Amino acid sequence: MIEYQNIFTQVQVDAPDYPGVPIGDDEYNRVGGIGHSYWMGKLGDAQIGPIYLGPFGVMALFMGFIAFEIIGLNMFASVNWDPLEFIRQLPWLALEPPPAQYGLSIPPLNDGGWWLMAGFFLTAAILLWWWRTFTISKRLGMSSYLAWAFAGAIWLYLVLGFIRPVLMGSWSEAVPFGLFPHLDWTAAFSLRYGNLFYNPFHMLSIAFLYGSAVLFAMHGATILAVSRYGGDREIDQITDRGTAAERSMLFWRWCMGFNASMESIHRWAWWFAVLTVVTGGIGILLTGTVVENWYLWGVKHGIAPAYPALEPTVLADPQMMEAAQ
Amino acid sequence: MKQAFSKVITTATLLGAVVLAACEAPPPESVQRGYRGTGMEALYDPDRLDALVAANTVPDSLPAVPAVGPKASDVYQNVQVLGDLTLGEFTRLMAAITEWVSPEEGCNYCHVPGEGFEQDTLYTKKVARVMIEMTQNANQNWDSHVGGAGLTCYTCHRGNNIPDATWTTAVAPAHAARIGVTMQNIASENAVLTSLPMDPFSPYLLGDESIRSAGTTALPEGDGRSVKDTESIYSLMMHFSDALGVNCTHCHNSRAFNDWAQSSPARERAWHGIRMVREMNNEYIEQTADWLPAHRTGPLGDPLKVNCETCHQGAYKPLLGANMVADYPNLARLAQTEPAVQAPDSAAPMAAPAEEENGAP
Repeated sequence: MIEYQNIFTQVQVDAPDYPGVPIGDDEYNRVGGIGHSYWMGKLGDAQIGPIYLGPFGVMALFMGFIAFEIIGLNMFASVNWDPLEFIRQLPWLALEPPPAQYGLSIPPLNDGGWWLMAGFFLTAAILLWWWRTFTISKRLGMSSYLAWAFAGAIWLYLVLGFIRPVLMGSWSEAVPFGLFPHLDWTAAFSLRYGNLFYNPFHMLSIAFLYGSAVLFAMHGATILAVSRYGGDREIDQITDRGTAAERSMLFWRWCMGFNASMESIHRWAWWFAVLTVVTGGIGILLTGTVVENWYLWGVKHGIAPAYPALEPTVLADPQMMEAAQ
Repeated sequence: MKQAFSKVITTATLLGAVVLAACEAPPPESVQRGYRGTGMEALYDPDRLDALVAANTVPDSLPAVPAVGPKASDVYQNVQVLGDLTLGEFTRLMAAITEWVSPEEGCNYCHVPGEGFEQDTLYTKKVARVMIEMTQNANQNWDSHVGGAGLTCYTCHRGNNIPDATWTTAVAPAHAARIGVTMQNIASENAVLTSLPMDPFSPYLLGDESIRSAGTTALPEGDGRSVKDTESIYSLMMHFSDALGVNCTHCHNSRAFNDWAQSSPARERAWHGIRMVREMNNEYIEQTADWLPAHRTGPLGDPLKVNCETCHQGAYKPLLGANMVADYPNLARLAQTEPAVQAPDSAAPMAAPAEEENGAP
């Protein structure tokens, strides 16, 4: 048990081949052999496979592969099929959405059409994969928390790449596929709409994101700290509180006066994670459709403080001055 | 187990060192330039200041000469933009220009030995004439940008035939036939190694496309500009920042980039600078396109043009604000009188060079 007193897992969780509970007439959907890996055992369970793929899994992988190929081959073509340049430039390469003049029409393939197609296949793959998380949960007799959490992330993805562009009337409003390009797009997006930091839903999303990280660290640390008393059997202890649960609850009560319970801490974590993307999606959806400049919106609603002027003479827009002359 | 743990720590330390190797050694020096808490501050790397100062030291001026004596235009033929100088001033300026622009090649960079000085045989001489006039015009008419320091040939040339930083209209990088070209998403020096558009100059420093894309009202009122426009403008701003060695807050309060009332006076200077550079590129440099040799043009045949870095070269003020033109007053204003040989049809706001073959400006 002392093995738990380490920042890395010292326990190999391994056992003879175990395919999982019998699942009945769709047994054939559970595919792949069973392997064992010592190094995976360092990170989690040492057994690899089998995997329940099913028709939706197969379709999702296929659609995802098409999207991956469209994006990758477009990037490869943009460096003239030069493998060295492809590797060197990879973080910069992108598949861009169509220029603004196409609106919501279907653009030529080489002027944004490939982007639209990649988006379609990627979205199809993600939705099929979501359905798979839902059905596997059902198959195992679980409720669907996982599927709905994943749906939260899909909501943000759809707002960025589909719902908001449609409301704005132009595919060009969507995010490019690419490593640096999507980050540069994000910065440009905030500049265009007057600073996303004044967007209250962006504020909420950040609070939930950082909160998720803090909760994750608090919970992980607490359970590890009481694992010497069997605290890792936390689900048992939701109903049958033992000394581990008692100590971990006392720690937080003594530390800050309030403690979550063995059950509620998981609801805290679930809601923080889900609200990160749900509020984020709302914030993006409102940007440009309902609010044009978040800073000015913040001024209007009293959330952006005024500071003393930089100079005795406040700067005026030279373009306005010139026009006035 | 203890040994394994120390191995992990060692590996992590080494990896960390590799990752951080590209960063500048802390701490940077910061100078507060605005109200506390607004982040309006300048950051300097003290290790780099010496190099910056060394690179921006003004060379000794040639001894001044009295402005008396015969005019250069009375002694030499075909003196078009410096004709009102006295012979002494003219000779001194020629010597200075040689030192600033062609210290290796000397006079022969512009003049063919054995041929009369009045001949415009070499394209370099014709370029020099345009450049002198461009410099005089900037000093006389763009006080709003260069006021207090002015510019000479040295501001940009620094002893080089061609200033270190120039630009030409970008062409698409090598790409497969029939694939769309977005002119972005390739590592580009112009965009300061971002994935932003790689030619932020043509639309804004040659063309006069609006450099404003942020919303100006709290709520939408009609059609705003696309985020793609913002990316292009953002790329230009990266160039500003890189060329001047400053961060965004040199001009802007980053919480409201477009708000003039919260911006620093440097932004107003930059606004005039953009228009000055547009005039330099359109009124002066573009006219050389017809006769520049191919090795002095970009891939599309356009001449090498001016951007912020051409003069600034990494300093927030070129030559750190030294007023070099005070020692060369002949560059501070356009020629006062136009020599008789000049064609009278100058449309430009100053004595524009005529485009004749021989008796040229």
